[in-house]
Amino acid sequence: MTNPTVTIVDSGGANLSSVRNAFERLDITTILSDDGEVIRKASHVLLPGVGAAKDAMTRLYKKDLVECIKGLTQPTMGICLGMQLLFQWSQEGDVDLLNILDGKVNHFPPLPDLIVPHMGWNSITIEGQHPVLKDINQQDYFYFVHSYAVDQGTATIASSHHGINFTAIAAQDNFIGCQFHPEKSSASGAKILQNFITL
Amino acid sequence: MLAKRIIPCLDVRDGKVVKGVQFKNHRVMGDILDLAARYKDEGADELVFYDITASSDQRTVDRSWIAKVGKILDIPFCVAGGIRTLDDARIILNEGADKISINSPALENPDLITQMAETFGTQCVVVGIDSHHDEHGYQVYQYTGDERKTIKTTRSTIDWAKEVAKRGAGEIVLNCMNQDGVRQGYDINQLSALRAAVQIPIIASGGAGSMDHFADVFKAAHVDGALAATVFHNGSIPIPDLKRYLAKQNIPVRV
Repeated sequence: MTNPTVTIVDSGGANLSSVRNAFERLDITTILSDDGEVIRKASHVLLPGVGAAKDAMTRLYKKDLVECIKGLTQPTMGICLGMQLLFQWSQEGDVDLLNILDGKVNHFPPLPDLIVPHMGWNSITIEGQHPVLKDINQQDYFYFVHSYAVDQGTATIASSHHGINFTAIAAQDNFIGCQFHPEKSSASGAKILQNFITL
Repeated sequence: MLAKRIIPCLDVRDGKVVKGVQFKNHRVMGDILDLAARYKDEGADELVFYDITASSDQRTVDRSWIAKVGKILDIPFCVAGGIRTLDDARIILNEGADKISINSPALENPDLITQMAETFGTQCVVVGIDSHHDEHGYQVYQYTGDERKTIKTTRSTIDWAKEVAKRGAGEIVLNCMNQDGVRQGYDINQLSALRAAVQIPIIASGGAGSMDHFADVFKAAHVDGALAATVFHNGSIPIPDLKRYLAKQNIPVRV
């Protein structure tokens, strides 16, 4: 059996080499595409994201990819901002998102002594069961970089804590979202990507 | 719980990792890829590659090593030195770096911080501040990569740090020049003052000589990460030992 191929949604604006390198280390080929037809036919789709929610949504509309992504039925993973885009609405730019998962994206609250952005390695608490969590342990560390977060909700399968509890991994049907960067999270992150690719 | 980060800094000159004492007399410490792989395997939380020649020489540096580093590193890394324009930053980020760090060019043109934060996102933008303590307090220095060109600016460190945070920097690396390379401990007073002034992540730099220096800076100055070079390069503080030591003192670290 040949290895699966991950199709990375290339809507522009995001740095994609880290994600590509991470899959290459797992001997997985990646394809970059902004073509709805190519993305619909992919075995696995990855929605990356760096930057601001509003810009990212604008680019997805411009490339006519919003309905394409919402209609995907194969395993699809959003990373960081790409995870946030799966939800309903973001305070970052007051923008409606893809509305695939229930939940809203808000800025970390202005708590005294809370350092924002939440940047660095934080441990997760596993809240549910899902094949993407295979061989992931309670309190494993992952690398986070973000100023906005999703409250825990029905799709939350792992949470983390920084001033508040928030969603670290969400999953529903074929959609998975990681608030952290699995591609930068050492062996634990590689396990998540490996689990995703075997879905 | 968010872990405190241990960050080896690889000062790069002409494709080799070097280290000097108080920013002077640079000695070759090893090959970039060898050291990057070693630190990743030892459990470093992040790496900083700092091209110490670039800012003061006003020249474009050879950055072909960045893509190679990106292929082997599954932890975040930051590239510093000689990044003067949005295009410089874009190239480095596209090569696979997670963050870019600016120092002297931000002092020349503070608006560069704003532009970079707006273009690439706050999380990518680190501002390095070289700070020297004298009878007038903590003052910002510029062009510290070359001792002959180093100048003292008119800026106070704390005021500059506040401006940097306001302009959208995602993190500050404070290089305490009095301490650099002399291994007498981090500048707890200065870092505590900075901690009280800004609410973005702070990385302490300059002065690490023993494991208790790391514990002190996390406990007393509440910084988010501690950066060091010599003690990691020469093997006097192995990172796994350091992390076990910190964990024993209930300092959250990724082990």
